[in-house]
Amino acid sequence: MGEELKLFGVWGSPFSRRIEIALKIKGVEYEYLEEDIFHNKSALLLKYNPVHKKIPVLVHNGKPIAESQVILEYIDETWNDNPILPRDPYKRAMARFWAKFIDEKCVPAIWKSFMSGGPEREKANEEACELLSTLEGELKGKKFFGGETVGFVDIVASFIGHWVGPFQEAVGVDLLTEDKFPMLCKWAEEFKNCPVIKENLPPRDKILAFFKAQLEMLTSFYKNRV
Amino acid sequence: MADEVILLDFWPSMFGMRCRLALAEKGVKYEYKEEDLKNKSDLLLRMNPVHKKIPVLVHNGKPVCESLIILQYIEETWPDRCPLLPSDPYQRAQARFWADYIDKKFYGLGRKVWTTKGEEQEVAKKELIEIMKVLEGELGDKPFFGGEKLGFVDVAIVPFSTWFYAYEMCGNFSIEAECPKLIAWTKRCLEIETVSKSLVDPHKVYDFILQLKKALGIE
Repeated sequence: MGEELKLFGVWGSPFSRRIEIALKIKGVEYEYLEEDIFHNKSALLLKYNPVHKKIPVLVHNGKPIAESQVILEYIDETWNDNPILPRDPYKRAMARFWAKFIDEKCVPAIWKSFMSGGPEREKANEEACELLSTLEGELKGKKFFGGETVGFVDIVASFIGHWVGPFQEAVGVDLLTEDKFPMLCKWAEEFKNCPVIKENLPPRDKILAFFKAQLEMLTSFYKNRV
Repeated sequence: MADEVILLDFWPSMFGMRCRLALAEKGVKYEYKEEDLKNKSDLLLRMNPVHKKIPVLVHNGKPVCESLIILQYIEETWPDRCPLLPSDPYQRAQARFWADYIDKKFYGLGRKVWTTKGEEQEVAKKELIEIMKVLEGELGDKPFFGGEKLGFVDVAIVPFSTWFYAYEMCGNFSIEAECPKLIAWTKRCLEIETVSKSLVDPHKVYDFILQLKKALGIE
């Protein structure tokens, strides 16, 4: 039976791009379906992810998988070439730990830093810096979080590597700078220069234009988020 | 070389209970170390410098943090005994999804039920029941979330049941009245020896919550 693989995503979402990167690393063909996530979710999306109603959703031979880190692990277990997670249980636990740290701590703190105003912003900025500092410490002079090649944590960190730059430019906040985070910035360059990554990230100027145009909408979306 | 396994934990923690249960299921011998969260040990701060939280599993000197990550580590390190995850990648993904769902939704709402009053508490109670109903839907007619026997999702959720009595007392409602299937499932789990030995007494949890509320100045 031919494999049928569909990915429901949003062009600018770092979460759905993670999945595209992983599928490209594995050399797997898929059909991409763009969702209008802010205004008009498709009936199919709501059918495949009734619990969270979010993207990305991967549908493999009619069976849906939701939540980007769950999808990444599924992809790694289904297609064994070019592993994304290490084989050793301890190293896997470390990769999962840092991926969770990024998604549950760094990403929300960065959003808060960009979406807050006044004195609240300064405090949020400080917190985000502390977290980024901890993350930078984990790089420990490695080329990638995964070592010599891009791995699970690098893929999850793509928000920091590629979206934070244009986001902070649109908002007018200096968060991720070379003088504050030299190793993270170096990592970001290495990461974005990998062919499989470069070809699968949305253009920087398009992201910047989106953030600039949609700042008001994003702020209200952020304030009302479930 | 004999394995050295230590679990840094705090007795009422549902996250800690997950680890105790997984280790019991796998038949792994370990040393249990109770932490005083008001006075965290040097060992805890060294083993979990990022979050400074329990549970932490220390295996031959190397720490693993975050309960669901610990569960997967236990599963992958001792794979031959009592598998908690299915072998099929799709079913594994579903198990991970539901364990993640619990962590995202349950804990925060449960906390609101015992820390707030009035309208805020009513909203939290309502949302908590809704989540439990979603879980009942996922359980369906199966005896356990894992199918015929205890699995990853069961281990992830069942410790929360030790806090149900405290939620009910603080929130003045009956979970069983709203979610009888879920309560039936917790009773089924408690018939299993590893579960009843790994989970704490719900009345003791309630006493602990009452003390905590006093200390926090919450009525």
